Amino acid sequence: MSSPSDPSDAGAASARFPRDSVGLVTPQRMVFDAPLKLEGGKQLDRYELVYETYGTLNSDRSNAILVCHALSGDHHAAGYHTPEDRKPGWWDVCIGPGKPFDTRKFFVVSLNNLGGCKGSTGPNSINPETGVCFGPDFPIVTVGDWVNSQRRLGERLGIRQWAAVAGGSLGGMQVMQWAIHHSEAVRHALIIAATPKLSAQNIAFNEVARQAILSDPDFHEGRYQERGVIPRRGLMLARMLGHITYLSEDAMRERFGRELRAGRIQYGFDVEFQVESYLRHQGTSFVDRFDANTYLLMTKALDYFDPAQDFDGSLAEAFKASRSRFLVASFTSDWRFSSARSREIVNALMEVRKPVCYADIRSTQGHDDFLMPNPEYLAVLDAYMRRVAAEFAA
Amino acid sequence: MTSLRPDLEFISHWVQPRAHVLDLGCGDGTLLRHLQETRQVTGYGLEIDPDNVVKSVEAGIQVIQMDIDQGLDAFADQSFDYVILTQALQVVRHPDRLLAEMLRIGRKGIVTFPNFGYWRSRMQIAWRGRMPVSETLPNAWYDTPNIHLCTVKDFESLCREQGYRVLHRQVVDSAHHGNRLMSHLPNLLGEIALYSLTAAHRRGSSLE
Repeated sequence: MSSPSDPSDAGAASARFPRDSVGLVTPQRMVFDAPLKLEGGKQLDRYELVYETYGTLNSDRSNAILVCHALSGDHHAAGYHTPEDRKPGWWDVCIGPGKPFDTRKFFVVSLNNLGGCKGSTGPNSINPETGVCFGPDFPIVTVGDWVNSQRRLGERLGIRQWAAVAGGSLGGMQVMQWAIHHSEAVRHALIIAATPKLSAQNIAFNEVARQAILSDPDFHEGRYQERGVIPRRGLMLARMLGHITYLSEDAMRERFGRELRAGRIQYGFDVEFQVESYLRHQGTSFVDRFDANTYLLMTKALDYFDPAQDFDGSLAEAFKASRSRFLVASFTSDWRFSSARSREIVNALMEVRKPVCYADIRSTQGHDDFLMPNPEYLAVLDAYMRRVAAEFAA
Repeated sequence: MTSLRPDLEFISHWVQPRAHVLDLGCGDGTLLRHLQETRQVTGYGLEIDPDNVVKSVEAGIQVIQMDIDQGLDAFADQSFDYVILTQALQVVRHPDRLLAEMLRIGRKGIVTFPNFGYWRSRMQIAWRGRMPVSETLPNAWYDTPNIHLCTVKDFESLCREQGYRVLHRQVVDSAHHGNRLMSHLPNLLGEIALYSLTAAHRRGSSLE
């Protein structure tokens, strides 16, 4: 079985890509003209979603996997956009021929969520009412809104039921939303490095990140684009702060320790320690590829997510009617969404006797481990996905 | 099914069809898979070892990666029909507390352990003056995971003290076969002991 994105068909240009890569991929775009009512009360009359697909949809459309992205992710989950690309998509360790989301068996769909800044309708899109970009007028979108827009995308692609919906972190929250409210369309829900809701500490970090952006003199109440500027410092600080929470203390110590860039202390406020240099690099490179208004929206979606709210605060009750089967995975070194938070999800599922597997993966990197080639992680994911594939394979 | 260890076969005879089961230390998932296929049970296996977790996922059971020694507080009272512990009572930190937890969470508990009262073990201590090493207890004293070994008599005395009722008892040899003589002198002739228990004060199980 070969697919259009199989490297063997993709021509000489992709010969340099690893054998287990999906190779060159081209983003696609879908326009939705039916209005989408948002949980916040507003609506989007018309919107576009950018997405990528890997592998081939089978004849009875039973092999599709939806991949949901995290805070700073997008539709580019696997493969390369150009032969010159040095880095593949964000979940390339999991998606490709022979990988857990094996593109020889599965048809993988990955989209950029509404409010994003990578091509789907968001703050940088033109507001049809004003003729200029939405900026801060783009409505607040929630995890529920994203899932509703993802359902429409699935319908348009002819997928009535996903073999699996998968995501890490904020992506895992979208998976939970799917499994709670639309489980008839989800055979397997893969919730990775997620949490049933943010803690006060999580929200606090988000708030500091938002304040960094909001208080940047170049922010101009979100209308920075009209003025031809970018709130660089704010967005950079937000990313630097976020990055601290994505890494474990051990990972930071191992990578940087107290190593000095110039070899000796300079008694000043320039970059001295390697970790400072690393964070500044993460911050500045983020400014070039991400949008401040989108960052604000994404952190709000995180803060608001609490699926138990509609069920008297009981997560178990929320899962009770679900018909999905679950894989939950956490990472021992993740302190942003710790293993204990994943266990809350697992305990709720067991309380209402739902089929669930749970792996607490030994790890060192922290929250970002869900993007890393950790052998234990990939082994569990692979074993589980072979179970999923066995259900539709002949 | 033919390759199933005979002690697991005994256990599956004690489990009612369609029961909800918790298997503590489910290993590669063999028992739960067998119970799913032959008894249509639902439920979960708890396992700490990463390789076994992967094998359990492959076996098609619902495996939850966690350390039993960290406690089972997350499980509600009487939320399972059976809580099963095979060949692991002797490796946990607090066997008495674990038994109590098993019978709190489950209507019935099923426990198997190597009987330290087995005559060969007695001989090795009495005549050779050495810690017993056998097929059932293969490790040397310094690298054994078995930190709480007991005899059939010890176990039954704990059950009496705690007010647990023994529903079934079976002893077998290391090939997991039992016979009449063994059931008459379990503490001397049984190498592996299998018990089905209930907390006496909690009668009226829906499965009885």
